[in-house]
Amino acid sequence: MENIKNSRRNFLKTSAVASFGLALGISGFTKDASLKKISAAILKLEINPFIIIDTAGNITLVNPRPDMGQGSTQAVPSLLAEELEVSLNKVLIVQSDGNGKYGSQTSGGSSSVRELWLPIRKAGAAAREMLTTTAAKRWNVPVSECRAEDGKIVHTTGKSLTYGELADDASKLEIPKEPKLKEAKDFKIIGKYNQRLDVPERVTGKAIYGIDVDVPGMVYASILHSPAIHGKVVSIDDSETKKVKGVLQVIKTERTMPHRTSEAVAVVATNCWAALKGKKALKVKWDNAGYEKSLNNADYFAATTEAAGKPGINFEEKGDFSAKFAAAKEKLEANYETPFLAHAPIEPENAIAHVKDDGSVEIWAPVQGPDWTLRDVCGYLKVKPEQVKINVALLGGAFGRKAYHDFVLEACHISKQVKKPVKVIWSREDDISQGPYRPGMLSHMQGFVDKGKITGFHHHTIGESIARQVFKGLKEDEADSWIGGELSIENSKYQFDAASKVSWTNVKTDIPVVWWRSVYASNFGWGQECFIDELAHLAKKDPLKARLEILPDERFQKVLNTLAEKANWDEKLPEGSGKGIAVFKSFGSISACCITVTKKDQGVRIDKVVSVIDCGYYVNPDNVKAQTEGNIIMGLTAAIKDGITFTNGICDQTNFHQYNILRLNETPKMEVHIVDSGSVPGGVGEPGLPPIAPALGNAVFAATGKRIRKLPFDINNLG
Amino acid sequence: MAIYNLSVNEKKVKVDVEPDMPLLWVLRDFAGLKGTKFGCGMAMCGACTVHLNGQPARSCQTPVSSVGKSDKITTIEGIGDGKMHIIQKAWIEEQVPQCGYCQSGQIMSAVALLKSNPKPTDTDIDAAMSGNLCRCGTYDRIRKAIHRAAEEIKVSESGIGKR
Ligand code: FES
Ligand code: FES
Repeated sequence: MENIKNSRRNFLKTSAVASFGLALGISGFTKDASLKKISAAILKLEINPFIIIDTAGNITLVNPRPDMGQGSTQAVPSLLAEELEVSLNKVLIVQSDGNGKYGSQTSGGSSSVRELWLPIRKAGAAAREMLTTTAAKRWNVPVSECRAEDGKIVHTTGKSLTYGELADDASKLEIPKEPKLKEAKDFKIIGKYNQRLDVPERVTGKAIYGIDVDVPGMVYASILHSPAIHGKVVSIDDSETKKVKGVLQVIKTERTMPHRTSEAVAVVATNCWAALKGKKALKVKWDNAGYEKSLNNADYFAATTEAAGKPGINFEEKGDFSAKFAAAKEKLEANYETPFLAHAPIEPENAIAHVKDDGSVEIWAPVQGPDWTLRDVCGYLKVKPEQVKINVALLGGAFGRKAYHDFVLEACHISKQVKKPVKVIWSREDDISQGPYRPGMLSHMQGFVDKGKITGFHHHTIGESIARQVFKGLKEDEADSWIGGELSIENSKYQFDAASKVSWTNVKTDIPVVWWRSVYASNFGWGQECFIDELAHLAKKDPLKARLEILPDERFQKVLNTLAEKANWDEKLPEGSGKGIAVFKSFGSISACCITVTKKDQGVRIDKVVSVIDCGYYVNPDNVKAQTEGNIIMGLTAAIKDGITFTNGICDQTNFHQYNILRLNETPKMEVHIVDSGSVPGGVGEPGLPPIAPALGNAVFAATGKRIRKLPFDINNLG
Repeated sequence: MAIYNLSVNEKKVKVDVEPDMPLLWVLRDFAGLKGTKFGCGMAMCGACTVHLNGQPARSCQTPVSSVGKSDKITTIEGIGDGKMHIIQKAWIEEQVPQCGYCQSGQIMSAVALLKSNPKPTDTDIDAAMSGNLCRCGTYDRIRKAIHRAAEEIKVSESGIGKR
């Protein structure tokens, strides 16, 4: 009880709510989420996430999706403000804390608007109806004469009452089960340009990221991990470390990943620099035996290539592909490779944990999901959810990395030993050399054409499974359904007249893997879209027309035709220049890209990138563009900058000098266009990425006749 | 440990730290100025960019002992004179930041650029800004925002950085 009271008090304080008025909660995020009323009394029933309108007219929303730069702190409240008829800056937002009452709270899978589109709007619409009804009653006029407008209910005569004046009475009404949602044509916020309200604090240095959080009594820890990630500590010589002013303690600790735990050594200090310096001075002997082979790129990719020669497990097959491929006259076969990649958010992984004597735990960390963090902390420390408080701090980039909580659990482990709040800060070297990474993958492609049309297609996906490592959930005879779903006919919409197949072979590795922006789509978009290009050339067809022929789906057609128009696909290019296209659907959105390149010395120069996205309904067109621009940069980086490689048990990259990412001087001209399909909302944060690398590969082929099949490649020297 | 008297954003700051401690950590952990960020610790990302006597400097590579008493340190917290700097306004107008983590460093580099070159070309921008990484990929908007700020300066003829 005490806890609830406290959390409520804190909540009210944070949101500057003066007194309690009308509160609505949504239970569950299903499409037909039922709305429940929360008064001050039944708030204790913990039905959430919720909207509060206090008697002063303040509106508060608990945002269940942490913002890592993708714009969820604007997108989610926009949905509410739209239905509630308030301007966006009237909504106060507080971040959820992982408590189960808020439902799913992890930013990932480009899901925020996709999943909250209806429930949050319904909550807003229900509140609007209740306020309108209350005003109508008070004035003794028909509801039809009242309308909601800018935080007030206005009567046709012009008189008005503020939401604050109505909230208390409104909260006594039954919640309408099926509130009437606004029609798209009446939207004032959704689909319109709006500046993000969190931008000013991000240009003044005032935004507090995880790494900036200070907690009283806190100490700092820097952690030395085994260069072979899973190695064991043989001996620790901390004599030099202890000489560093500010170093308090050197202790053995551990790094717990979802699938295994590694030994590590922590340097605890009074300030961050001392911890980092102390770590540099530390001499630890590791037993890394056995990892030379299992953490080794050459061996891993050799195994994937070997697997390409054998049948995999089928996700789906239409027609007898193998027989038809064997009989086909015009056919192709090729392997496409994508590397392991680090996420490398500019804010490295960091977390503060305070494991207290009474067994309770408090966490402050930039994490993508407080709910998952809570689950992991509870599982790790064997404590109950009610003993744990998660404070989500602003994320300085994440891209999937900060939904993997090894660094949070490290802070827990150390705090438990030193009995203080401990802030763990990973160095860039930790971030780049320790993983987890996007898995490196091989696409074994087979296809054939018939009378100038692509009629047979097989994508054999080969590599480590995220599901196997992170969820320990993959059986030997099972295909990672994550991949199959995306490449299936149902999702890709490609129609091959003769036969098609998607298959899978798991090649295991000790290199830790996890989702990375757009997950497997970033791997398999490469194989799929470059190979379609190869087959188009085999069929002597223009790559755009070849695609249009086998993509009858209306939305795909519109996206491709828009791209052709915006990128001036049919223009005649000078000798040495070429255009490449690619299209891929992921997370419910279709994105296509056209890249123009020109031969330059031994390589090519990127002249222009044009991206088109159909993400259905969207909240802020400018944010859709920003995310797609970001995907162009990250997609190009993945194509032409460094991959992560392991040689004999050790990661070859340590910092940005070996793991380069695209810089401003390498940024090509770019354009992003949105196709308004009015379909259900799709994702925005990730779908722009998968078509980038294949569009570039195809452009290189168009300009130079050279077919690139392995990423990354050197754009300045095609060999 | 040693005592250092620093001038940060035109205020005196006294710290008692190790001589080799980079200015970055002095600012963040001892001067309470968290706007300057840690990204790589080896001059590769620019997240830690501040101005030393008006020149952009990587604070992660600047030992506090190398900073003199009369050296003027300016951080993101100090560029606006209490108001929004023309560059910050342009950043808002172009909606540059995504996660925003790299933007303190980006802005510090951009402010220094415009101060020495109020009408930069794309090539000038390339040269001045390529030391600042942005993993969210906001480069195209950074370029636009710098041009916008340059326009504003031309219009207002106020001269950037005039104090
Ligand atoms: S932290 Fe100084 S340049 Fe990266
Ligand atoms: S805005 Fe996120 S790193 Fe630049």
